Amino acid sequence: MGQFGIGQPVRRKEDVRLLTGKGLYTDDVNFDGQVWAAFVRSPQAHAKILSIETSAAKSAPGVVAVFTGSDLKADGVGTLITDVEFKDLAGKDMFRPKRDFMTIDRVRFVGEMVAVVLAETQAQAKSAAELVMVDYDALPPVGSTAFAASPDSPVIWEEHGSNVGVHWENRPEAEIEVQMAKAKTRVIIDIVNNRVVPNPMEPRCAVAKWEDGELTIYAPTQGGRRIQQGLAKTVMNLPADKVRVISADVGGGFGIRGKLYPELGVVSWATRKIGRPVKWRGDRSETFVSDYHGRDQINHAELGLDANGRVVALKVWTIVNCGAYFAENGPRLPINGGGRIIPGVYDIENFYFSVKPVLSNTVPTDTYRGAGRPEANFLMERLMDAAADATGLARDEIRRRNVIKQDQMPYRTQMGMLIDSGDFIGNMDMAMKAADWTGFEARRAESAKRGKLRGIGLSNFVEPSGGRPTEEMRIAISPDGKATVYAGTHSHGQGHETVWAQLLNSFLGIPFENVTLVQGDTKIMPKESAGTFGSRSSWMGGVGLQRSAKRIVEKGTKIAANLMQAEPEKVSFDAGVFRAGTSSVTLAEVAKASYEPKNLPDGVEPGLDESYFLKRDPEEFNYPNGTHVIEVEVDPDLGKIEMLNYIAVDDCGKVLNPFIVHGQVYGGVAQGIGQAMTEMTVYDDEGQLVTGSFMDYGMPRAHHLSMIDALFNEVPCKTNDLGVKGAGEAGACGAPGAFVSAVCDALKDFGIRHIDMPMTPDRVWNTIQKAKAAKKA
Amino acid sequence: MENFGYHTPTSVADAAKLLDANEDAKLMSGGMTLLPTLKQRLAAPSDLIDLAKVPDIKGVCRDGDEVVIGAMTTHAEVHENALVRELIPGLASLAGQIGDPAVRHRGTIGGSCANADPAADYPAGTVGLGATFVTNKRKIAADDFFVSLFETALEPGEIVVGVRFPIPVWSHYQKLRHPASGYAVVGVFVAQTKAGVRVAVTGAGPSAFRMSAMEEALAKNFSVKAIEGITVDADDLNNDIHASAAYRAHVVTVLAKRAVAAR
Repeated sequence: MGQFGIGQPVRRKEDVRLLTGKGLYTDDVNFDGQVWAAFVRSPQAHAKILSIETSAAKSAPGVVAVFTGSDLKADGVGTLITDVEFKDLAGKDMFRPKRDFMTIDRVRFVGEMVAVVLAETQAQAKSAAELVMVDYDALPPVGSTAFAASPDSPVIWEEHGSNVGVHWENRPEAEIEVQMAKAKTRVIIDIVNNRVVPNPMEPRCAVAKWEDGELTIYAPTQGGRRIQQGLAKTVMNLPADKVRVISADVGGGFGIRGKLYPELGVVSWATRKIGRPVKWRGDRSETFVSDYHGRDQINHAELGLDANGRVVALKVWTIVNCGAYFAENGPRLPINGGGRIIPGVYDIENFYFSVKPVLSNTVPTDTYRGAGRPEANFLMERLMDAAADATGLARDEIRRRNVIKQDQMPYRTQMGMLIDSGDFIGNMDMAMKAADWTGFEARRAESAKRGKLRGIGLSNFVEPSGGRPTEEMRIAISPDGKATVYAGTHSHGQGHETVWAQLLNSFLGIPFENVTLVQGDTKIMPKESAGTFGSRSSWMGGVGLQRSAKRIVEKGTKIAANLMQAEPEKVSFDAGVFRAGTSSVTLAEVAKASYEPKNLPDGVEPGLDESYFLKRDPEEFNYPNGTHVIEVEVDPDLGKIEMLNYIAVDDCGKVLNPFIVHGQVYGGVAQGIGQAMTEMTVYDDEGQLVTGSFMDYGMPRAHHLSMIDALFNEVPCKTNDLGVKGAGEAGACGAPGAFVSAVCDALKDFGIRHIDMPMTPDRVWNTIQKAKAAKKA
Repeated sequence: MENFGYHTPTSVADAAKLLDANEDAKLMSGGMTLLPTLKQRLAAPSDLIDLAKVPDIKGVCRDGDEVVIGAMTTHAEVHENALVRELIPGLASLAGQIGDPAVRHRGTIGGSCANADPAADYPAGTVGLGATFVTNKRKIAADDFFVSLFETALEPGEIVVGVRFPIPVWSHYQKLRHPASGYAVVGVFVAQTKAGVRVAVTGAGPSAFRMSAMEEALAKNFSVKAIEGITVDADDLNNDIHASAAYRAHVVTVLAKRAVAAR
């Protein structure tokens, strides 16, 4: 395929630009005459707003205006979008609380916006924001997931009468209990999937300008189309084409940056209101209390096994803490966002699934790298470890007996997902071999000599990828033969400048360096674009490009035939050259000719510019999967865990660029290890976020991780022409289960079989002490 | 950040004058704690008096039986300094464990000690080595310098200009890093000095303290066994979401044993 084609480890062409400060991030954008916005955020977790006094702030130096939620409402600004609907088995709809862009008479989490100050400088805006006096009447807060779901908890939405938005079930529990009753062994686990604060490197930012009846807003998004539509409809009351959203370079998305945040609505409304551009630069503290959080589930699950260690039935009860409001996808994640991949890679026929999304006085949760799939896979892997204990089978053996085999594929799960391909046994074999699983006991003994407890753990996973079912991609060839990709997808770290150029190099023979990517501007990108999330770009963008390229060749063939005086049917195309008999013309020559009407056959429009609107069945996904193995050492005196070795075997289907996919694996694993080891989000009983800065919130650092060996067990996807599967979220799915399994293996002599994440030294040590005390007693 | 006056005096005397003249002024050395505090609007001093241009309070030298480190010497300089590495390797090692490379190249020994963060590393090193703080007005023994949480014996207008470390026979620092901040959840510095064994603990309590029971036991018998059963009362220790007081109490003994074992 050549040095720059599909499958080559091509270095990222965007890196030099980004690493030498030539990127264009939102904060690099400034408009003449702009004012700065600072938000007044609630210090209370739960309170009625009795009054908001803005006069002191309004007369502070440099202040242009101060607005509250009432001002937006008076202008007809609507409420934020909750793009989720569920019913309980009786057919009752989910409760959908309405969230104003700025709250008016009630605050429901620390950090919620109650007013915005606009001033000539950022410092003036921030100083004046401190002068806005809000009179709060405190209400009892609900900070924890378990408390929110309990009948003793205060209710934060009186009109609903409960914090539980809906009790969703896939079927009546009794149907599965009939099967469960036949089990020889029943295993029960209770686990917490801890809340994490996503923290992309770039804090949020927005610059908005109202000019000639049009809004332009720069902001870090994952593709601005949906934000454009949301702003147009709910905030600006304009046709969508009068709103332009631009996200040039973006410092990390992870799912949470694809959302219409209230700050974007407020600055958009405000620039039209005051007739001057408005800029807001959030800081890290605001990231912590205003970016959506991730995960935050409590799971109770029961697995029934027969005498052969085969699962006969599974029941899962999930409580997910969605925060103060249901964000765009909040309750979707544990259900059809990712949760429905339960029972993962395992062949389980009888499955009962109950989900309660609960509301609490915390930052809303939404999609975060994996979005329900890491939680689902973690749950299954903890169950498999518990089943190994209960049956006496080895951890890999219980898994081997229950995974879906290749000859069962395509395999329809109980939740209706159709897994097209995957070599789950092969993944385990490859990972265990690379990790020298059989040689582990010798290493454990060596560690023991040094007073350290060594453990090894593995985790299987599968994670439906693809996100929304439509995407549009466009290829334009200029008269000099260079290509521009106008992408509906959005690269904010994924390396699309490189990979899309590789695809065009393969499809059309265009030199790698002659491909330019244009993305992230709703005025220029294809109309039907969606963006990048849900590990979808290689499929939706890649296949979209493949089909656009096919149209380029089809049209090019007609023009080439005309140039070569040949029949179009006799013209072939390969590696950038059209041939007919002994004649040939290059794609560049055809491109040049295409802009000169004299060269065109009848009925062919000038130019070589084609796009493709790719639409797939919304219920069709691809299924990246893998096995990850970790080896750790625990210092029992300190409770400190050291990661020693990490083997990631991933099946992401056809690998377009192994160098870039390795990067995806490393990043996902780091986020998974972060969740498992260091990332602790703590709300206290007053609903205060205690871990609101990097001084208290443990983002994983390079030194927390070992080297990661990323291997591929490539099984091409059968449901798309490129054979690709997603890659972005796999690491975050594989790492937590493997990590916890390894630590519990290290601590098995204490009788410790589970520790909730994050496994901080304090928590591990305390668990050891309790286990020791229990043994004595 | 609010506006403030910014001064760069070129002598300690000038800095002291500026400090006296501006009631709400703050001294700045590396600014590793002060600047984030200003940016987060948690403090708004009228004036910042930056000691960066004061020439003679930076660097390391030997003065008889002491190593003298200027207040404005960065952690990285202490960590890499040949004299410190040769004469007090335990202190060089401690300096290399502070924060991250960026912090170590800006933060200073004087600034860190004057700030008296209960989880900072230097308090353990200065108390553990029986160092003396030299200010523009007097000398203060490290034992008397750290009073409580973010509180030192420094009086208004007093400026740390350097720290004098008696050269020990041997010393060693053990630290359990906070996973987020990199500060010491617990840090224990053990030194055999000419005046006897010293064991100093940071991170565990409101300010650095000495473990006199361990010092006495080690003076009689410098071995891990000698301090095995010696614990600190958890009632007096810090208790937070990252580490319970009971855990910290346990870790003090573990780290002290490891320090002694390193001899």
